[in-house]
Amino acid sequence: MGARRQGTQDQGRVKVDLQQVEEAAKELYIRALKLLPPDIKQGFDRLAATESEVGAKRMLGAMIKNIKVAEDTANLLCQDTGIPIYNVRIGRGVEVDGFGLKEAIRRGCARSTREYSFRSSIVHPTTRINEQTSTGRGVPIIHIDFSDQNDLLEIQMIPKGSGSENNSWLKMAIPAEGVDAIKTFVVDCVLAAGGKTCPPTIVGVGVGGTADLCVHLAKTAATRALGSRCEDPEGAKLEEALTRAVNMLGVGPQGLGGDSTAFAVQVETAATHITMNPVAVNMQCHSARRARATFRPDGIEYGY
Amino acid sequence: MAHYTLRAPFTEAQVRALRVNDSVTLEGTLYGIRDATQIHLFDHGRKTRFDLSGQAVIHTAPNVKKVEKSALHPVGYAPVCVGTTTSDRMERFTRPLMVQYGVRLVIGKGGLRDDSLKALHEMGGAYLAIIGGAAALETTWVEAIEDVDLDDLHPESLWKFRVRGFGLLLVAMDSHGGSLYAQVNSSAQGRRARALESLGVKV
Repeated sequence: MGARRQGTQDQGRVKVDLQQVEEAAKELYIRALKLLPPDIKQGFDRLAATESEVGAKRMLGAMIKNIKVAEDTANLLCQDTGIPIYNVRIGRGVEVDGFGLKEAIRRGCARSTREYSFRSSIVHPTTRINEQTSTGRGVPIIHIDFSDQNDLLEIQMIPKGSGSENNSWLKMAIPAEGVDAIKTFVVDCVLAAGGKTCPPTIVGVGVGGTADLCVHLAKTAATRALGSRCEDPEGAKLEEALTRAVNMLGVGPQGLGGDSTAFAVQVETAATHITMNPVAVNMQCHSARRARATFRPDGIEYGY
Repeated sequence: MAHYTLRAPFTEAQVRALRVNDSVTLEGTLYGIRDATQIHLFDHGRKTRFDLSGQAVIHTAPNVKKVEKSALHPVGYAPVCVGTTTSDRMERFTRPLMVQYGVRLVIGKGGLRDDSLKALHEMGGAYLAIIGGAAALETTWVEAIEDVDLDDLHPESLWKFRVRGFGLLLVAMDSHGGSLYAQVNSSAQGRRARALESLGVKV
């Protein structure tokens, strides 16, 4: 992040260096593909300790070994480089050319694929042509939000795997179906997904909003850190009950049976219309990858 | 629950000996195929120069690096990260792979459906489950990319890998109608009512 400006009118404002943003966008994609966040590693340890099926325990052991192999060989955790998503949060004291910021992220994303030589998983939806840049129309997906923290500029990168993304659902339930519709839907989605989503998963559930917001909430929930709770106490209640319920199903790691179906069910809520009761499910596979860059006046700090 | 170390090409008898819950380690040749590879082979009438008869295929699209051609990298590709993708999308290609090309073993994750199970039974084949998402580990079992065909579909080309100690693979669908996925799905459906009851939902 650039230095503070001296002009009286701009006092307290921090100017963003877009070259630094491009570098970070590149670095974040590579980091996310290689290093699994500590909360997910702890999630694995927890499941491995409680799993009662021998085969499932063996599979969890191999997944844990894979994390170590990826670190030791500086390799990608999973061959699926996913659909690149960048979540940007901008503090109120930060001055940035928003259009330029998006362009810089896009350039950094394309450079990561070319310079590291990892797989571009992105194609045009009808011609299926792969430009080998991990980018295309509307991709990377960039979400911009704002923070009340003054100096904050934060970019989070999520390479969203397709095995889990292909199993996404939206149901426009009605008020008369109540919360039971939400609960039933989540259980049925986990059953329908079986082993296709690479369990153990984080089951993201969106409740409320419009159709598009509801699906977005499910994605936000699926990509939150393990151990975090929904800020809405009603959502948090659902998280606890649904986590227990889906792990009673016995789908297990890779859909081959066992106790460890999901690390957690995570929920995000939004207000909705008096006539509506929407629920969406979006899952994150066990390679629940994410990386975060926090821009500070003295440099960039990388984390998760 | 026997363990087999197998090297392609496989005979029908070798493959019919496999039963669900057995485990397999592969040595030698393994072909990588994917959505686009099979769409072009079976829907667009393209052909491959590879002989897949009696071979094993894996549902993959690897991360590779272009390198100088050498004895280790005969086609100028080095494997970077080779992993396995969800098989279910490629369900309708199992039968033509077996009928038209004589493929014997399909390796993937998440399982295949009824028609594939029937094809495995009728023609003598098996589906071996690998642990999806564990690609860094899987890559350590891949020695080299020996050849590539249909590379205009990159990364969904038809890859010829040389593997060593490739496994453990679990026999998840066999030629006798056995499918671990069908077993687990049916038992999970059986637990649905109890799970909903725990949520206070009347069923």
